[in-house]
Amino acid sequence: MLEAIGIGSLEALFANVPQKHRLQRALAVPAAASEQELVTELSALAARNAHHAGHDWFLGAGCYAHFIPSAVDAIASRSEFYTSYTPYQAEISQGTLQAIFEWQTMICGLTGLEVSNASMYDGASAAAEAALMAMRITRRTKVVLADSVHPHYREVIQTYLGGLEARIVAAPRSPDGRTAPLAGLVDAETACVVLQQPNFWGSIEDVAAAAAAARAHGAKLVVVVSEALSLALLRPPGSLGADIVCGEAQSFGVPIGIGGPHLGFMATRMAFVRNLPGRLVGQTVDTEGRRGFVLTLSTREQHIRRERATSNICTNQGLCLLMATVYLSLLGRVGLRKLAERNLAKTEYAKARVRATPGLALPFTAPTFNEFAVGIRGDAQAALARALEAGIVGGLDLAPYAPEIGPAVLVCATELATRDAIDRLVAALAGARP
Amino acid sequence: MSTVDRRLRVGNATNGFAYEEPLVFERSRPGRVGFSLPACDVPESDPAAVLGAAALREDLEGLPELSEVDVIRHFTRLSTWNASVDLGLYPLGSCTMKYNPKINEKIARLPGFSAAHPMQPVALMQGFLQLAYELERQLAEISGMDRVTLQPAAGAQGELAGIMMIRAYHEQRGEKRLEVLIPDTAHGTNPASAALNGYRVIPVPSGEDGVLHPEEIAKRMTPGVAALMITNPSTLGLFEEHIAQIAEIVHAKGGLIYGDGANLNALLGITRPGDLGIDVMHFNLHKTFSTPHGGGGPGAGPVGVKNALAPYLPIPVVRRLGGQEGDGFTLDYDFPRSIGRLHANFGNVGMLVRAFAYIRSLGPDGLRRCAEMAVLNANYLLARLRGVYHVPYDRPVMHECVLSDRHLDGTGITTLDVAKRLIDYGYHPPTVYFPLIVHGALMIEPTESESLEGLDRFVDAMLAIAEEAREDPELVRTAPHHTRRSRLDETRAARQPVLRWQPEEPS
Repeated sequence: MLEAIGIGSLEALFANVPQKHRLQRALAVPAAASEQELVTELSALAARNAHHAGHDWFLGAGCYAHFIPSAVDAIASRSEFYTSYTPYQAEISQGTLQAIFEWQTMICGLTGLEVSNASMYDGASAAAEAALMAMRITRRTKVVLADSVHPHYREVIQTYLGGLEARIVAAPRSPDGRTAPLAGLVDAETACVVLQQPNFWGSIEDVAAAAAAARAHGAKLVVVVSEALSLALLRPPGSLGADIVCGEAQSFGVPIGIGGPHLGFMATRMAFVRNLPGRLVGQTVDTEGRRGFVLTLSTREQHIRRERATSNICTNQGLCLLMATVYLSLLGRVGLRKLAERNLAKTEYAKARVRATPGLALPFTAPTFNEFAVGIRGDAQAALARALEAGIVGGLDLAPYAPEIGPAVLVCATELATRDAIDRLVAALAGARP
Repeated sequence: MSTVDRRLRVGNATNGFAYEEPLVFERSRPGRVGFSLPACDVPESDPAAVLGAAALREDLEGLPELSEVDVIRHFTRLSTWNASVDLGLYPLGSCTMKYNPKINEKIARLPGFSAAHPMQPVALMQGFLQLAYELERQLAEISGMDRVTLQPAAGAQGELAGIMMIRAYHEQRGEKRLEVLIPDTAHGTNPASAALNGYRVIPVPSGEDGVLHPEEIAKRMTPGVAALMITNPSTLGLFEEHIAQIAEIVHAKGGLIYGDGANLNALLGITRPGDLGIDVMHFNLHKTFSTPHGGGGPGAGPVGVKNALAPYLPIPVVRRLGGQEGDGFTLDYDFPRSIGRLHANFGNVGMLVRAFAYIRSLGPDGLRRCAEMAVLNANYLLARLRGVYHVPYDRPVMHECVLSDRHLDGTGITTLDVAKRLIDYGYHPPTVYFPLIVHGALMIEPTESESLEGLDRFVDAMLAIAEEAREDPELVRTAPHHTRRSRLDETRAARQPVLRWQPEEPS
């Protein structure tokens, strides 16, 4: 090969790298490990992380432990899917393209909107990009952001808007756990209202009222969803007046995986499609008239518009999208509803147990889906430590997020929570030692 | 119907085992379901009673009804419609489609990585924190940067983070800089990332020889310029040999250099961006460090910075307690000058685990070997294709080479046709029509994963296509001929957008 190139050594390949810039030593990284050593070493690291397969699990707060059918990983492990890239060459990417088209259709149905993109990085950046999108559509700069949006999402929105002329105004929480009426916060400068459904406290917001408040001043309503399973039960936000529905679809068959890779999604009305960030797949025909799929409306994207693009997002979360599409196909119209009802039943049982247990309380009265706050007598950290002793990861200490409600834990009960585990959690939070 | 037609219509295979496959919604049959729930051990609850009937949806529009076997067959058949690295050479330039080792997939699926939660107490995630801490330091060593954040979920989010840190750095010094210099060979995400930070983009032309020249930078480098964004090697596959001098010019005027790490594979163990004057850079773990591309992600785009920018890193930051081995790790949020948070959690952790495993498998010699073999392969392709295909910048390349269709002038055959005809030969086409400064560009990145005989077969295909372009241009113009779909009508897709499936109205 060197001969064909016309050089005498491998070293000569790098002749254009000035000698003084060459690294004159070996990189100081650990020596190569065999596959066998790698497995031993990384298994030992993995074993030092607790996980929901080894504990009774009540921690949600934006990442949800759900059962994942084996068929999901069987498909996601097919290297025809996971070792391909963005489907630039449509004729040899129809598998990926068709799956994306199916995902777009499913998200439209779930959100009650007309167009969905081919995923975002995660729920937080999807929320931030939705706010940017509303600013582009309205040419306004004020964003009314509910305090009850996931605190990490709010931070990411702040980060994304930090370099632009934008003003974020907080919409406070009312004592019942929902966002207080927006009157007075929305005005003629407001680009959008950003609301989470169910919100960070698990409470179900009044989307229709928020839509009316936004619309009264020509602002858009962005509804952020971090527990996508709730969409199987609740009226689609799009049908209640939301203009953009976005969030996190990790619940649909994507492992929690220490918080990523997850699956941001975003949907809107056809009227706003030119402002939608991210990739889109559209249906078309080939030269023989057969149905096929291609990446489309790419003039919105940075490889054509460069600095005038709708967003800089390029690589997104393709394989996670595939997992979710397989998951939603397996559960389907009937199964997903049943699963959502099961989550509700587990949560209602847990809430009833909390209500009946002295020393525990429900600080918020608004209805919830599969997550809710539990007021604790005494120290929340101590309560969670008692739960852990009983093999339970009991939820999230709310002290950093809502100190005003007193010691409290955010508890999430999915289909994985057994009645026995719920009983033991409630006992541990109330003060019982295992 | 002819015998051949009849043969083709047997079952739903169009041609032997090449299956046609309808949309998942068209396969749907009422009552089918592909999963099961345990018996309910708590009282059932009535959603209408709990949430109010008005809050509930009536139906799950848009979801199909299928059995598990229906679903498996559907997606398995779809998978056979895809080209992939495991099937063959995928020389997509600047995307580094190298082989993805199988062990990394297995490790990422260990429950301690796949089923752990980002908000569980730090005491319960020490394995992850150690991995993150070590990976940050390994990437810093490989790149010559001082500190690394693993949070960005892809290269473009890394760019965004890097430019945010640059902006914060200048603001902290009380400087108002409104412009960013970007060479004409840059990835499209570079200008978009700068614009998302409110910067005005000033393009910089590359020289006749394809590389950036210090005088072009000097001309544009004013006190209003916040940074130069540079890709090295560039998207022409060329090493920016004046980089150190360029960095001096930019630094002298108080600017910073952003390095796009998309092409880092060529430099592993050879030279380090940090030693060349780069102040901030992102890594594409899905390119250089072999995490799979997943049909369009998830990737991961960690960012490395020099110490001057460390105060601006996103939070949280992984910190070793007590600074001693064995003391454990924690998450630190106390960085008042941080640009803030970029991701709901810690980024695409599953990709970090795979990249860590990859670096651990290769070690220092293996990493350097990647760069050597990748560069060897690209130069070999260039040597064998030169003459038959036009080489707009004919000099030794790094990990990729850029050709053009100019030698096919007069045949009517363009780069797009060559790309489509390559499909008939069993190859995923290279990146086409990029970089924008080369008319009809074919940007070929073979990576280190290809053997000599594999490269020779690809060269044979490229040479055969050039010959076909002269002898039978129609054959090339109408390619591909052996795919389940021929060329697709992109104009129609854009003019009459159909972006979701809708059931046909009953007539």
